[in-house]
Order: sequence, then C-alpha cells, then structure tokens
Amino acid sequence: MAVRTVYMDHSATTPVDPRVVEAMLPYFTEVYGNSASIHRFGRAAAKALEESRRTVAAILGCHPTEIVFTGSGTESDNLALRGVAFAQRRAGRGNHLIVSSVEHHAVLNTARQLEEVFGFEVTYLPVDEYGMVNPDDVGRAIRKDTVLISVMYASNEVGTIQPIAEIARIARAKGIPFHTDAVQAGGMLDLDVNRLGVDLMTLSAHKFYGPKGVGVLYIRQGTPYLPTITGGGHERGRRAGTVNVAGIVGLATALRLAQESRESENARLRRLRDRLIQGILERVPDARLTGHPTERLPHHASFVFKGINGEELLLALDVEGIAASTGSACTSGRAEPSEVLVAMGLPHDWAIGSLRLTLGKSSTDEDIDYVLEVLPRAVARLREMQAVEV
Amino acid sequence: MTRVVVAMSGGVDSSVAAALLVEQGYEVIGIMLRLWGEGEGAGASTNRCCTLEDMELAYRVADHLGIPFYVLNVADFFKKTVVDFFIAEYLAGRTPNPCLRCNRLVRFDWLLRRALALGAEYLATGHYARVRVVDGRYQLLRGVDPHKDQSYVLAVLGQHELRHAMFPVGGYTKEEVRALARRFGLPVAEKPESQDLCFLADGDYRAFLRRHAPEALRPGPIKDTRGRILGEHQGLAFYTIGQRRGLGIAAGVPLYVVDLDPVENAVIVGTAEELGRRSCLLEGVHFVSGEFPSAPFRATVKVRYRAREIPAWIIPMPDRQARVVLDEPIRGLTPGQAAVMYDGEVVLGLGIIMRTEREPPPEVMETLAASVLA
Repeated sequence: MAVRTVYMDHSATTPVDPRVVEAMLPYFTEVYGNSASIHRFGRAAAKALEESRRTVAAILGCHPTEIVFTGSGTESDNLALRGVAFAQRRAGRGNHLIVSSVEHHAVLNTARQLEEVFGFEVTYLPVDEYGMVNPDDVGRAIRKDTVLISVMYASNEVGTIQPIAEIARIARAKGIPFHTDAVQAGGMLDLDVNRLGVDLMTLSAHKFYGPKGVGVLYIRQGTPYLPTITGGGHERGRRAGTVNVAGIVGLATALRLAQESRESENARLRRLRDRLIQGILERVPDARLTGHPTERLPHHASFVFKGINGEELLLALDVEGIAASTGSACTSGRAEPSEVLVAMGLPHDWAIGSLRLTLGKSSTDEDIDYVLEVLPRAVARLREMQAVEV
Repeated sequence: MTRVVVAMSGGVDSSVAAALLVEQGYEVIGIMLRLWGEGEGAGASTNRCCTLEDMELAYRVADHLGIPFYVLNVADFFKKTVVDFFIAEYLAGRTPNPCLRCNRLVRFDWLLRRALALGAEYLATGHYARVRVVDGRYQLLRGVDPHKDQSYVLAVLGQHELRHAMFPVGGYTKEEVRALARRFGLPVAEKPESQDLCFLADGDYRAFLRRHAPEALRPGPIKDTRGRILGEHQGLAFYTIGQRRGLGIAAGVPLYVVDLDPVENAVIVGTAEELGRRSCLLEGVHFVSGEFPSAPFRATVKVRYRAREIPAWIIPMPDRQARVVLDEPIRGLTPGQAAVMYDGEVVLGLGIIMRTEREPPPEVMETLAASVLA
C-alpha cells in the first residue's frame, strides 16, 4: 500500500548479511555434529566453534578462552550480573552493585531482581542532560562492599557513548569487576577489552548483520563468576547448553565483516545521520535532539517532539512506509514517558514524544529525503489533533 | 487512494466492514482499541471487547485482507470517560448507557482524531446504521436490518463525525453479513454475538458496583408513592425502574420500583399503573443536524436500546433541554437512559432522561396547545 518502505530501525535489528548466511549454511546440514561429541562429526563442529571463538577474541583483543557464546545479549547481561554478584557474595566480598539508571532492561530488571529478591543493594547512577554518566559519580558511589559495576557502552535509546575507559580505570583501581553492555556498540565502536579496560562485555550478533539468538559474554580471566545456567560443561562450565554452532559461525563472520568496513561505513552513516538530524531540527518546530550531539553512535538519531505521543507518531510513519522506534521498550499506548528521558531531565510533555531513527547499510540519501518529507507533516497532523483535545 | 481506518473488534460485523472496504478499493488500516476491563494491569485486557482471543482474530482477519493492523491502548481514557461516568451515574440514582458515551468520546472522538491524523478520510465501524447526504447535510439512518439496527447508540454523532463516518454493513441484514463473511473467507463467520457491557467481568453490574463503588451500598428506605416506609433497600444503584423482584417487601398487589430518589436515598415503589409514564425532561439534547429546533415537533421516540418506539411531541427548551410527551404511557421510562428521536428512518437526535412524570405538567400542555394552534 505505501509507495515506498524505509527501514530506519537498525538499533532494533539488522538483516543478516548474505555472506553471513552463506557461511552459516553448512553448519545446519553438513557439519551438524554436537561440538561436545568426541567423534569426527563432533570434532568438525568443534573446529568451527573454536575458529569462531578465535575470530571474536582477535577483535576483542582477548584470549579465546575468555569468550563465552550465549543465546542473546539479554542472556549475556543476565549471566554477567548474576554470575558476578553471586560469586562475590559467596566469597564474602559484599552485597552492593552499581548500575547506571539508563541501562537496557536486560541489565536494569536483572539488577532490580537482585535487589528485590536476592537482597543486594543497588545504586542507580544519575545521568546528565545528554544521558551520560559522570565517572566522578561512579567513584562516589563505590563502597567497601561494592562487588560489581555495570554501565552500558552506548545507549540504545539516545545513542550516547559512555566514558567506559574512564569508569573502567576507577573500577580497576578499587579492584571491582566492571561489566559493559556493548550490544549497541558492536560492529561500530572499538571493542578492544584492554583499551576499554572492561572485565565483562556483552555483544549480540543481530545488531551487526548477524543472526538473532546468538550473543557473546566476554569474561576476563580471573573475574569472579558463578554460572547461572547450569548443566553440561559447555563453554568451560560458564554457560551450559548445546552450542549453536551455525549461529556462532554467523556471529563471528558478521563481526569480522563489520570490523573490516567499520571506518568507511561509519563515515558514510555519520554523514547521512547529520543530514537527517539537521533536516528534522530545521523542518519540525519544537523538536530536540536527545542524547549527546557528538559523543553518539554514528547511525543513531533520536528526538523528542513537544506535545505528541511517540507511539502514535510511529503508527503514522508506518502507514507511510517508514519503520522507526520510540527508542524505549514500549509501554504501549499509555502516556508514560521513558525512564531514560525522565532521568535526563526532560519534561513530561516532551518526553512522551520520542522518536529514534537508526540507519544502516541499506540507508541512502533518498531515504533521508523521504523521511524529511513525511515526518514534518506527520508531526503537524498529530499536533493539530492534540490541540483540539478536550 | 482514499484512506479509511476501520475500528476492528475481531467480530463478524467489523471484519466484514473491513473486507467490503478493501473490495471497494479503499486503502484500509485496521485499528483495534484496547479498552479497560476489571483486572487491568495483568497483561492482556480483561475487557470482553478486546480479549487476547479477539485480538488474535482481528489480527488474522487483517492479515487475510492484507491490511496493516494496530492495537491502540485507550484503557486509561476509557476508564476515565466511560467507566467512571457509569459509576457516577449510578451513584446519582440514574441508569446510564455507557455505549453512547463510548461511541461519542472513544470511537468518534479519540479514535476519529487519530484516524484523521493518520491521513484517513473516514473512520468505519461495524455498526448497523447508514449515513446519507442530503443537500450537503449528513443524516444518520437506521440500519436496514430491524433486528440489528444500532442507530440508537450512534445518535450522539453530529455533522463533523458523520462526514467522516462509514458503516459498511448498515445496508445488510445480519444473515447477509454472515454470508459475506463466509464469501470473504473470514475466520469469524460463526462467531456468536456479544452482549452485556464490555467492561463487566461477569455481566453483573451490581457486583461490579459493589467492587468499584462500595459507597453505592448505602442502605435506605423503600417507600410507596405516598411516602410510607415499606422496607429497607441495599443501595440505590442496585435498583432499576420497573424492577419487581428482590424488593423484599410483601404487599397485596405486585409492587415495582417507580422512582429512585438520590436526595432522600429512597427507593420509591408503586403499582403497575403508577409505573406508567408519558412525560419526561431531557437534558444534554443533541440534534444530528446541528440545528436546535425552536418549535415543538412530532417524532417517534425510543427510550431504551431495545424499546418499542412511541409517537410523541418534543418541546425544545432553553439550555439544551427538551420535554417529551408520549402519545401513550409506557413502563420503564428511566432517568439516565437516552431518549432517541426518529423521523421515519432518520435519526433526529437524543437527550438524556433526567426526570419523568406520569402526566406532563399543566404548563407543558399549555405550551403544546398554543403551538399546535399556532
């Protein structure tokens, strides 16, 4: 029905690169062994698994044994938080966790459960108007019994890149394990765990043109960790469950391809994104960019529009063929603003009108033109509608 | 291509409405409203207009027709404007019809605004009613199926709403609509009709009020029409005009509830004869044409959704009030219900019954006589 379709929701997920599909295919039908089996079928699968592990480890600048493959980014976050918290408590090191208040729900809701059900104490770090954590706040929040710090690498909602290396230095000085959810950064930002100084890091394949249902948890050698998915001895006892060899081959291939084209693709995306941001701010009255103006993901543009409901804007855009997001996990239909935007200090009548446009490999200048043509009209119509509301 | 939003419920009527519009070449968008139900907050809505099953059905219909489908959550607005109103009316001693309010404020305001904001020209529903344009004015007509006619609950609409309204099944009978559903291959052809108020968990409004408005439980006297106390009632909201059972009083003749007095918190009972009324005062009177007549006129009047129509005089009054004088007395003329006025198949408008009388006050008869003579 719509004349054209424009996909601008690459932070939600990306299509699988055909080269990745190609690389995965043999591992469904030909090399189908269980990588834990001792026979030749198993060995062939294990070989692919370990090759993939080495590929990922090379990009992260770590030892292959520090890579754990998981079933998703959410799973990696869960394993990281519970795994470290439980191990630290068992060792009698303390009961206190620090997370930022703008984490993805995979971290935030896990921290809340550790707080409410398991009796941990959690400090939720504030953010500034750009959604950025101040490293000094991390230093101030640290206590004698702090056992884990988790701050995301880049915000899914507003695209802001956090000062991970600085936070890592503070954590390292106090000997506290530091986890970062790098799901949005994967394939775009520097993932070298030593330059960043992180002890645990989460990645998810489907954000960088790999398949859904595969994640990575990097765990630095020596980090206290108790497996919370128990079973066989897969992944060196850190994550039980038959290993998804095809998916992992896909993840490693996708990460390698993303890494190879990272510089040029980022530059291309940045140019398109800046055109989009500038165009929207020029054409739509009462619009603000959310997140940091420069320290942000190269493909990420996020806004708030005063006086409209973001979800209704999504619907209006979808009708015109544009796929976008409000940026937050939906609270469907209720005029409740995102916790992240509230934490950034936005007033209610701005915060409910959020829109996230995230570009990707398929994005073109024509896509930007189309959005710049459709969006101002859609916002105007919604405002007209709200204006007469009784 | 003209864009139309269809309010889909997962039922036969709205599904066929959507299918007919697709067949007629419109660009159709399906929208389901997620309304408030008791037990709200437990994930899926517990409102019977939009259960998970209905949502699934509506989704399948939309998929079958190849149209986009969205669910909009209007639970908070629906609770505020429809459910709270329903409770408040009972507390005021009236018997409300929340469906009219829902059509006016939820469907043909909240949703219509959103449909227009989506660039749609029309909002279509599965109601059995019709729209006709005469000399640039929009008329609301009954549906052709006399058993299914739903024009009563749409009498709240005005010119703006009708200009953007479509009722694609209004020209068909229910049987024809079911046949169409089968012809279109819709997975809803044999779905049973829904009854009762959608937000009541068990269809029992008394139990609902007990849960949501315990203040309605204030007991008080049951009196006869001369003021003698005959017993005690459990709270005004549990009684309705014409009710005979459950009064707990013994009398030589059958007694009915003839009035509810919120000021005295009294239930007034009387004989069958005392139940008959032929006059009432309407408030919030609305005319579909947008023009408020100045002189008394003839119309047929429906005083409840399923009531028989009675010929009557309508006497317009200031402040959007009107007096209705029926040609014959009827039982069950109930404050809070809508009196809908018809001229043949055309819906003229409505007003909410606020006060009823056995016979019209003398000054009303004088006004009427004067105007008829003039």
